[in-house]
Formats: sequence, C-alpha cells, structure tokens
Amino acid sequence: MTAAEIKDAILDILSDVAPDEDLSDVKEDVPFRDQLELDSMDFLDIVMELRKRYRIQIPEEDYPQLISMTSTVTYLEPLMKDLEKR
Amino acid sequence: MYDTIIIGAGTSGLGAGVRLAHFGQRVCILERHHRVGGLNSFYRRGGRDFDVGLHALTNYRPKGTRRGPLPKLLRQLRITWDELALRPQWGSAIRFPGVTLRFSNDFALFESEVASSFPGQVDGLRRLVAALVEYDDYASPAAAVSAREVVGRHVDDPLLREMLLCPLLFYGGSREHDIEFGQFSVLFRSIFLEGLSRPAGGVRPLLDRLVGRFREAGGELRLRTGVRRITSDGEKASGVLLDDGTPLSARRVLSSAGWTETMRLCGRANREAERGRTERRLSFVETISVLGRQPRALGHEHTMVFYNDSDRFDYARPDEAVDLRSGVVCVPSNFHGEEPAAEGQIRVASLAHHDRWAGLAPERYRAEKRAWYERMVASATRFVPDFRPAVTETETFTPVTIRRFTGHDQGAVYGGPEKHYDGRTHLANLYLCGNDQGLVGIVGTLTSGVTIANRYLLKDE
Repeated sequence: MTAAEIKDAILDILSDVAPDEDLSDVKEDVPFRDQLELDSMDFLDIVMELRKRYRIQIPEEDYPQLISMTSTVTYLEPLMKDLEKR
Repeated sequence: MYDTIIIGAGTSGLGAGVRLAHFGQRVCILERHHRVGGLNSFYRRGGRDFDVGLHALTNYRPKGTRRGPLPKLLRQLRITWDELALRPQWGSAIRFPGVTLRFSNDFALFESEVASSFPGQVDGLRRLVAALVEYDDYASPAAAVSAREVVGRHVDDPLLREMLLCPLLFYGGSREHDIEFGQFSVLFRSIFLEGLSRPAGGVRPLLDRLVGRFREAGGELRLRTGVRRITSDGEKASGVLLDDGTPLSARRVLSSAGWTETMRLCGRANREAERGRTERRLSFVETISVLGRQPRALGHEHTMVFYNDSDRFDYARPDEAVDLRSGVVCVPSNFHGEEPAAEGQIRVASLAHHDRWAGLAPERYRAEKRAWYERMVASATRFVPDFRPAVTETETFTPVTIRRFTGHDQGAVYGGPEKHYDGRTHLANLYLCGNDQGLVGIVGTLTSGVTIANRYLLKDE
C-alpha cells in the first residue's frame, strides 16, 4: 500500500471507531487528540482494527507513534508497504 | 473450542459479546431464557409489548455529543445515535410529604427547585456536586466511603438529604440504606447532571441492535441453553457443562450470572456461594396498568415520580411482601417525540421481599399479586393523579418472576451488596461482568461488559 492508501485506511478506521466525528478536514500534523474526541479506549480500537483488517501487531510501547496522521502513516508504511489495498 | 464463552445474554453479556466478536474472537453467548435482555427485557401479552426493567436510560446526551459515558459506549459498540433514537424525558419529580422537587435534563431546574423549597441549601448542593468523584474513579478506594456521610457533610437539611438519596437508591442501590460514594457519584451524574431518556420503542429495539451487531460480527447466541456448571481444574476454567449435559470448551469464560451465582456454578458450595440466598438483597414488585387513554389526559405531566410518605426514606428489604411507603411511578409515553397512541401505561415499582413471594401455591400467589397490585396503586395515587378508573388491563411481576427469568438470587435487581470491581475470580480465566462487577442499569451494565472485555479478553492475544 502507498502512503495515500494507508491514510485512506486510517480514515476508514476512524470513521468506524468515531462515527460521529467529521473526518473531512483532519489535519495531518495536528495530534488526533486535539482535533477529534478520542480517548485511550478509542486508540485501543484503532490498534485492534489495524490488527483485524491488516493483521498488523502494534506493541503497546509503539502506541505513541499513532499520535497524528503523519506520524501514523510514517510508522505504518514499512509494515504495510507489501500489503494489497483492501 | 471457543475463545470466550459468555454466560447470560443480558446487557453486560451482549456488550462484551459485541466487542469480542467484532475483533474476530469465536464467541458464544449462552442464555437459559428464551429471550435476551436479562433484567432489561420485554414480553408480549394480549397484543401489547411490555418492558421489564427499563424505565429510562440514564446518561442522556443530545445527538452529536462526543464526551461522556453514553457517547463512549455507543462508539465502542459501533452503534450510532440514530439507531438508538433517544427521546428525552419531559421532566420528573421527587415527592415527600409537603415538598416536591422537580428535575429534568437541565440541572438548573433542580437547583432552582432546591433553592425555593430549601432556602439556604443550594450552596451545599453545589458543594456536593463539586465533590462528586469522576466517572472513571468510582471504584477507587477513596470512593468506597458512605454516601450518606459525604452528603451529610455538604447538605445540612435532613429532609433534602433523604430526597437526594431517594431516586439514586431506587435506581441503583444494591444494599440497604446507603451506597458507596463512588456509586452515588455515578448515579448522581447519570440521572441529575446528564438525565433521562428512552430509546424509541423501548428496550426491544436496543436489544435487537445489540444482537444484530453481535451476529453480524460472527458471534453465536444460544437461547434456552442454561449452564449447569463451569468446569475447571481448580486453577483455570476449561469451559461449561450445559443443562442438557453437553460440555463446551473455551479458553476463557465470562459470567454475568452474579458473583454468588457464579461461585455456585463453579461448584463452590461454601458459605460465600450460599450468601446470595440469605443476605438482605433488594428487589421490587412492579405493576403495569394499561389505560384506555394517555396518562397525560388524566393530568400525569411527569415522566417519573419518586415518592416517599414520611420525612425519612427507608431503603431496605421490607418485612412484608411489598413496602407501600415509597415507590417509583413511570409513564413510558411521557418522553419527547413519543408517537401518540390511543392507549397508555403507568408503571409503579416498590421495594419487595423475595421470600414472602417464594413458595406460595400458584392460586395464592395470583391472589397476592392482585391484592398487592391494588395496594401499590392506591399508595402511589397519593402522589400522582388517580388513574384507576381508566385501567383496562394490569400486569404485575414480583421478585420471584425476576429470579425465574434472570437466575439472580432473590430476584436482586442491582446484584448483591458487595461489588467486585476488578472482575476477577479465583480462576485465572474466569471473569465477572454485570451488576456485581459494579455498575448497574442499562448504560452501567453495557459499560461493565465492554470494560471487562477490553481489560482482560481482548488484550492478551
């Protein structure tokens, strides 16, 4: 998957985890927490959705890498580059 | 081999099941009754739907709110606001002799009611609100103090203290007279600061949605399938033995049967397991009166009325079959946006003593139900307009009914007096959810199921 496809995949997960959020204008470099109403339970869900959909295991010590869209895509790129877009 | 077997398809079991199935576990929910919902269920009789349990959903938030227990819960369950279609209450009241305090989903109304009925007390009420523990801290050791004591520290007027405690104990008190301040805080926030609403159509569409979610995610629900035993080697559960003798194996078991009930399922026939049948547990008799017209036409303007006929509210298991001194009146059509219907219902619930109802011969049981129906409605109509001339049908259920359909000792509506907040048991892979894990009511028990699933059952893959 390309960086753009990974971003789409994250947005798709966010729309599932936080269905009442407006995701049309998510800023790439602003922490998710500062623009969306996400708590630790929601972050757990993002990790779980990545595991469910793409079989990616993210160890707990890496959760801080998922702070914003840019950092998340950067972190996931090496893990997802060989995956086919779903 | 299942990843997780869940005992009980009440709200906590369904909530946990949705989470686990959604994330790919092989999950089976086992329910002895032929219907889901447990303490919050429904039945159909004479062409009418009757809710059991649900008066209102607490923690009301307008559509689009993102903070708070209910929005969080809906996100976790992947249920949208529109699916739930919450209809907020018109407004409710607490009635004691000579004093009425109205409250709604706007706390300012309650404050002004307190200010006018109890001059000089509103500052104390505000201090109490400021002292409430946060939702996430209700199970902390610091919150395990007596609510009566903390309320007494802030509110001087003894009558106002009783009036504050009355609706909160009725909607969540699992022990007599008092409640832990952490639980009091959750109830106070849920009922007074957030508010009451009702899902369109009552509890059934909500249960249908949960079951739908669970099944869409691949979960297996077996009704009319009771669990006789939880099997184990003494350290780890290996699965369950069904009533019909079939063994099922699982890597983990989650029980919503209640603490003492679960201990008995484990074969622990000790004092602790027996406690559920002997300790003082709180249950209710509820009457439903079907009216040939809408309650509003008879002057019923409130959604809920909590009443007590003296200055002291005695929240305890009565010696008699029913405690007529206090109760809750609920009008299920007095929520905004309810479709107008020709018929109406009024529900009256009062504290009851399970053992006074158990063991009666069928004829006598029916006669007692009729007699107590009359007494309960006569008592309630001291506090709300008399609706008896408009009654066309009646339904009454007792602690025995509740025990029969939920399996909870003594028909306890909020579980046993002791809570087990960490949800763990003597077996490493057997967990507890539901009333006895700590939170009560529909929002509370759904949260319990979701929380225990997240904490123990999803993480250790």
